[in-house]
Amino acid sequence: MSIFAKGYQARKIRRRYLERTLGSIASVLIIFWLTINFIKSPSQFFQASIIGLSNGVLYALIALGYTLVYGIIELINFAHGDLFMLGAVFSANFIAIWFGKSSSSPGAWLVFFGCLICVMSVSAGVNVGIERFAYRKLRRAPKLAPLITAVGVSFVLQFIGLRWNGSGPKTWNSVLPPGQFEISGVTIAYTTLYAIAITLPLLILMTWIVTRTRQGKAMRATAQDQDAARLMGINVDRTISFTFALGGALAGAAGLIFQQTRGLTSYNLGYQLGLIAFTSAVMGGIGSLQGAVLGALLIGLIQGLNDGLPIGLGQQWSQTVVFSILILLMAFRPTGLLGKPVTEKV
Amino acid sequence: MTAMLEVKDLQVAYGAILAVKNVSLTVNQGEIVTLIGSNGAGKSTTLRTISGLLKPKAGTITFLGERIDGKEGHLIVQKGLCQSPEGRRIFPRMSVRENLELGAFLRNDKTVIAEDFEKVLELFPRLRERIEQKAGTMSGGEQQMLAVGRAMMGAPKLLLLDEPSMGLAPVLVDMIFETIVKIREQGITILLIEQNASAALDVADRAYVLESGTIKMSGKASDLAKDEAVTKAYLGG
Repeated sequence: MSIFAKGYQARKIRRRYLERTLGSIASVLIIFWLTINFIKSPSQFFQASIIGLSNGVLYALIALGYTLVYGIIELINFAHGDLFMLGAVFSANFIAIWFGKSSSSPGAWLVFFGCLICVMSVSAGVNVGIERFAYRKLRRAPKLAPLITAVGVSFVLQFIGLRWNGSGPKTWNSVLPPGQFEISGVTIAYTTLYAIAITLPLLILMTWIVTRTRQGKAMRATAQDQDAARLMGINVDRTISFTFALGGALAGAAGLIFQQTRGLTSYNLGYQLGLIAFTSAVMGGIGSLQGAVLGALLIGLIQGLNDGLPIGLGQQWSQTVVFSILILLMAFRPTGLLGKPVTEKV
Repeated sequence: MTAMLEVKDLQVAYGAILAVKNVSLTVNQGEIVTLIGSNGAGKSTTLRTISGLLKPKAGTITFLGERIDGKEGHLIVQKGLCQSPEGRRIFPRMSVRENLELGAFLRNDKTVIAEDFEKVLELFPRLRERIEQKAGTMSGGEQQMLAVGRAMMGAPKLLLLDEPSMGLAPVLVDMIFETIVKIREQGITILLIEQNASAALDVADRAYVLESGTIKMSGKASDLAKDEAVTKAYLGG
């Protein structure tokens, strides 16, 4: 081995050592920060965690749409966040205007579930349409072409939202039973529970479809090698459409949940939450379903703790904290928490 | 004998470049037919077009009396035309079992699939040892066995094999060719593409020689193996 190679090795080892030390220091600081907060006010700690997690499951619904589409055609579908926004605006109109429900009643709950089915179907349909007309032709084009198309579609959806919802945010009443309960000083709003109660089954259903069904098998095969999938007799176009439909349905459901639990719609929701959800997908390792959920829960938790703990940076630093952590994580694990290295093809 | 596959005046282009200029060939029921030729002659392009991964520019492809040129790939597989593609193209992040199951994607007859699964594992005992292993972590030879086995899981009437011996150690090359003969004994017709012309001509009944996109010669494999021009160009003689 030459001297240069030796020097290189030594540098590499030194750098790894430095990285590990920095990583450990960061972890210790975070644990220390969490511990003093916990000791200072355990109830506030749990409260913040629960709010964080309930945000996290919502991010997860949106993040799955990004990661599903990326997994199958390696496209960052920038329009996905805006689809979520349209889902929220659709739900608000469906419940409050078309059906005129603005308070909790059995009839309104029925409308809520009707809306869940409608918004999921409509969003799925819109997403399939977007793929069919905007992305399909570009499947063999250079990667930049579909990417810029996705940005374009994102703007189109955003402006539809702007026309529909107006330029400012609108507030709505929830039709779900209001209230909250307390367990040893921790107050939990019912809305938090609703968000989790609707999201969890959807996440489980989603995982079941991808891992256990024939259609899911076709999705995984198509994601790994489209031509080989065709040789197995898989209808690749239909499989990709199905993937967009799944992602769209989840975005629609997320829209309804957001609209009903936060009581708010705005044309730029897709930018705000979409970005966070996309970040979750990247943090978890884009293309990995479990990664997207893990990343989303982590980001929700980080935000919740940062915003809600007695000793913290507070809400105005929320985004800064999330993205700083993302940047740090990417430096150490470029493929994300559960991401796989890309080079596998011979 | 009836023609199972008939390719007539096939032309395939990548943009402006004509990769296959004039290919006509037939494969009869029960035969092993080989298509030999050097790198870039258009062999894989021909096979990819037959399987519907590429659309022909001109010409017709008839399989079991039905035109299949320009049809979607999955419809062609359904008719019983399966391919083990060049470069193996197994699904690296799936287990050997999942890969084989995907080979039977279009079939519903569970008991027959299970029988075929056993048959493939008998043909390639190595795959049985690796059944739960991720396919991407196997050696090149094992991946090749998997690619052929996976195509067999589609219950093919006609099996297209694209360079099954590429990049394999000599021992494995012999084993692959022995397997090809065994597969034919199961009643499956085979169209084989090879750069290893001597081995291919050894197992095949008939052969076609493809040169820069055009069929230059055809005939009985044993005759072509003795042909001076073929020997010079492909058999290193």
